Amino acid sequence: MALSIKEIKKLITDLMPDATIEIKDLVGDNNHYSAKITSKIFNGKSKIEQHKLVYKSLQGKMGNELHALSITTEGT
Amino acid sequence: METKEKLTNIINSNEVCLFMKGVPEAPQCGFSMTVSKILKHLNINFKGVNVLEDENLRQGIKELSDWPTIPQLYIKGEFVGGCDIIKEMFESGELKKLLETKKII
Repeated sequence: MALSIKEIKKLITDLMPDATIEIKDLVGDNNHYSAKITSKIFNGKSKIEQHKLVYKSLQGKMGNELHALSITTEGT
Repeated sequence: METKEKLTNIINSNEVCLFMKGVPEAPQCGFSMTVSKILKHLNINFKGVNVLEDENLRQGIKELSDWPTIPQLYIKGEFVGGCDIIKEMFESGELKKLLETKKII
């Protein structure tokens, strides 16, 4: 089962309410996305920690229902 | 041998180690191909570990790094990141700097 952009945004916003999120469906199959996420939660954290937070917000869906999501994160 | 022990052995006995889908000569996933190409571009000798050959390794490395996706790059025993991070570090020059600091290049 694939995830929609709306569902992905909701999952991320649940954990990071202040996040600005831009998601692109790269090939139009609801399965390969890229996301640019900006949130103050990332401030002072390493890239690995930032990406781990995004994965955490996706509640184990990354690598399962969600096959491919390329992530760019930025603090504020 | 326990999976975790096997993984730790691989990571410790290879200075640059890429857990990937497929092999460096024939990656089987675009993300694995990207990281493999970056390392080749920088002329880095690296050990490619094909996780598609062993489901235990595939699950084990995700748990060990606490990271849900493949590829995963280790440099001198340290988890550096997945495809997005490596690509970003390559583009900013940070990856080369790290490899220099770790005396790989």
